[in-house]
Amino acid sequence: MANTLPKVNVVIVGMGWVGGIIAAELTKAGHQVVGIERGKSRGTQDYYHVHDELRYATRYELMQDLSKETVTFRNTEKMRALPMRSYGSFLLGDGLGGAGVHWNGQYYRFLPYDFEIYSKTVERYGKNKIPEGMTLRDWGITYDELEPYFVKYEQMAGISGEKEVPANIGKMSVPYATGPMKKTPAMKLFEDSAKKLGYHPYIIPSANLSDAYKNPDGIERAACQYCGYCERFGCEYGAKADPVVTVLPVALQSGKFELRTHSNVTGIIHDGKKASGVKYVNTPTGEEFIQPADVVILAGYVFTNVRLLLLSKLGQPYDPKSDTGSIGRNYAYQVNGASTAAFYEDREFNMAMGAGALGSSLDDFNGDNFDHSSLKFLHGANIRFTQTGLRPIQYQPVPAGSPKWGKEFKQNSIHNANRVLAVAGQGASMPYRHHYLDLDPEYKDALGLPLIRMTFDFEEQDVELVKFIAQKTKEIADGMGATKTEIHDTIRQYNIVPYQSTHNTGGTIMGSDPKTSVVNNYLQMWDAENVFICGASNFAHNSGYNPTATVGAFAYRTAEGVEKYLQKGGSLV
Amino acid sequence: MANEQSQKPQDESRRRFLKYSGTAIGGVVVGGVIGGIVGSSLKKSEKEEAPVEPGAPAAAPDRDYNQALMFFTQDQFLITEAASERLFPKDDLGPGAKELGVAFFIDHQMNSAYGMNARDYMMPPFYASEASQGYQLTFKRRELLALGLDALNEYSNNTYKKPFTKLTGEEQDAVLTAFENNDVKLKGVPAATFFNLLLSLTLEGAYADPLYGGNKNMAGWKMRNYPGNQMSYYDVIDKEEFVKMEPLSLHDHLELG
Ligand SMILES: Cc1cc2nc3c(=O)[nH]c(=O)nc-3n(C[C@H](O)[C@H](O)[C@H](O)COP(=O)(O)OP(=O)(O)OC[C@H]3O[C@@H](n4cnc5c(N)ncnc54)[C@H](O)[C@@H]3O)c2cc1C
Ligand code: SF4
Repeated sequence: MANTLPKVNVVIVGMGWVGGIIAAELTKAGHQVVGIERGKSRGTQDYYHVHDELRYATRYELMQDLSKETVTFRNTEKMRALPMRSYGSFLLGDGLGGAGVHWNGQYYRFLPYDFEIYSKTVERYGKNKIPEGMTLRDWGITYDELEPYFVKYEQMAGISGEKEVPANIGKMSVPYATGPMKKTPAMKLFEDSAKKLGYHPYIIPSANLSDAYKNPDGIERAACQYCGYCERFGCEYGAKADPVVTVLPVALQSGKFELRTHSNVTGIIHDGKKASGVKYVNTPTGEEFIQPADVVILAGYVFTNVRLLLLSKLGQPYDPKSDTGSIGRNYAYQVNGASTAAFYEDREFNMAMGAGALGSSLDDFNGDNFDHSSLKFLHGANIRFTQTGLRPIQYQPVPAGSPKWGKEFKQNSIHNANRVLAVAGQGASMPYRHHYLDLDPEYKDALGLPLIRMTFDFEEQDVELVKFIAQKTKEIADGMGATKTEIHDTIRQYNIVPYQSTHNTGGTIMGSDPKTSVVNNYLQMWDAENVFICGASNFAHNSGYNPTATVGAFAYRTAEGVEKYLQKGGSLV
Repeated sequence: MANEQSQKPQDESRRRFLKYSGTAIGGVVVGGVIGGIVGSSLKKSEKEEAPVEPGAPAAAPDRDYNQALMFFTQDQFLITEAASERLFPKDDLGPGAKELGVAFFIDHQMNSAYGMNARDYMMPPFYASEASQGYQLTFKRRELLALGLDALNEYSNNTYKKPFTKLTGEEQDAVLTAFENNDVKLKGVPAATFFNLLLSLTLEGAYADPLYGGNKNMAGWKMRNYPGNQMSYYDVIDKEEFVKMEPLSLHDHLELG
């Protein structure tokens, strides 16, 4: 029998960026909040020995333990979905701060075009431009409406970036909180070549602090040391913005916040109209608890957000056959694979050094910043050169077609260790009717509950996008003074084995139509007014960018929505 | 142009670090962030010994009593040593897998959570998969590796009438290639799956922090001018020239009781 605990104002499932931001905002406003996290507590002092590539980057020390829970995957409905048994394509957050602890910190506001992608596409190219099966949607919010929430995130995290942003991306009402990251010689090569071609490169906005910074909550953090152990690692300096060094201390100091780690939420308790709380298992003892609350917030990342709704039978599950229902709809990803490697015989670069968000990029071929009339795809990619710190286990640069082991391999990989610069596209991912999330009919987690099942593949759109963007990366790389360049311009079937990106999106999308979206533009659930769902699961498609700027803005928007709801109740739109 | 950095990398990086932490972190709110490190760094630098000359590895003692087998049989160890040496051979750039201790690394890994797939989803049912769905065998890594090593020997005996370790380098390469190309029947397990595991373990053993038993004396890192784990590159990240440093390993950052 589950123990029922005393009721609180708000219960949040998941203590990553989304959970942390909402906890800080609501406790500052005086509400009693319980934050439930399935993983352990952790902090900066745990990372003094973090510069260990094997343990953190290739054994995934900080990520979700797949023996307890994973996702199942198939490319199409004709295949049997099978579990992702070991890590590959994406890495799932677990423990205090979630994936926010081991992210890179590359920070990009989505484009104004993204939020109104359907209308803007129809307006410029006509309805026929959208291929059969592509379920393009407006998000039910505009960039201008979201702008103040981006600012909040930037000031909280201390985002570092250039004063002026190019005209082809969203306008900023307040400049970045700190100046840009340092510019390395390789970044200069990229920028100079891009400028010569008439493009508009800029230093990537970064959550690795370029300088010491004190945020509006009084939190002070040190500057990034460019230590080269950032992506997949925690920051031993607290320089990388993560929830544990920014928002969670604020929530904890409020005296209104209770954090419960090692607590795995298994369901939402509801009567079909409203939720009354959540059910969770204390993982060390197996004891079950019920936490009643006025408001339930799902902040457990894409897969948990969708899975808990389906497990709890809250909302309408998406059915791709009849194209009805909403939960699980519009799963999308990131389309990487367009790149050009520039090899330098006469020069070496300091590639072991770097920071998760160090680099330069441009948006001349992102969003609708270029004419798609004669192209067989929509949207595009942010094109970038990054210098994140290349470590020897994961990075073995050899020319295409050369041996993968033996004498020649050893010589090539060592010779090239500091002689290759890669220009790459981070491509947008469009939604399709047959890309979705539902519950797996066969596989279960360690508690015996069904795993989430992903049905996803790359489409003609993605193949065309990669082909086009790859040519642009080559054009830029060719102008960077290398001895030779090598283009990669093909993607095929989506394969869950090689790492690509932890930018999974969709499943609880936002919109203005309760039939096809799960939440309104306050991230409030249409079918249960006191349930708020926030994260990249709200994205109706994925842009040619990393997601967290937009996720963070949504989290601030959610906090405001919950506040309004606690005051007056009812639907907020 | 190469720029030889300080002869005393440890002291340097600590001093630089102290400078940043001292100036950058005022009234810290973030919780015991820096206190611990600063304390331990100071304590350690007091008893710091004379820096090792770059390029002169510490003399290896005759016997390293910390080195022995946790998982492999004697045979499996020798086959691993020989096979990994072909995958990552000694050459004019520096040591190969054998000298780097890669076989010890692999042995130890097979007795770790990784070898036992402790953090992988290993629940049934197991079905044949499409390539896009990844590994779907009931075999744990340690079982796969042991099976594959024994099969390397069996295949060598069948083809050359000699065990793997007694073959010439070229013959060993031919055997490995047969496994890589899946030309070998391996009790229902694709031989290439075994080969890829052996290859990735070999590279990990050459380049992981020495604490895991391979990358002996950081020689794997030195070959590619990899600086290991330094505290900070703040002052050098934007330098035009390539900066060479003596690498540091996690041991260099360890506070001993
Ligand atoms: C290696 C890597 C690099 C990245 N780099 C970037 C980048 O440069 N830029 C960028 O924008 N984004 C990046 N991302 C993505 C970014 O980390 C995520 O977008 C962001 O952290 C998501 O925050 P979240 O709060 O939605 O989810 P998470 O951080 O995943 O947090 C969810 C939390 O909920 C907990 N949880 C889940 N289910 C349950 C349950 N049932 N019960 C209790 N608790 C639960 C989890 O343990 C976790 O702590 C990167 C991700 C990775 C893995
Ligand atoms: S690169 Fe910078 S932000 Fe990233 S972990 Fe190192 S010091 Fe921290």
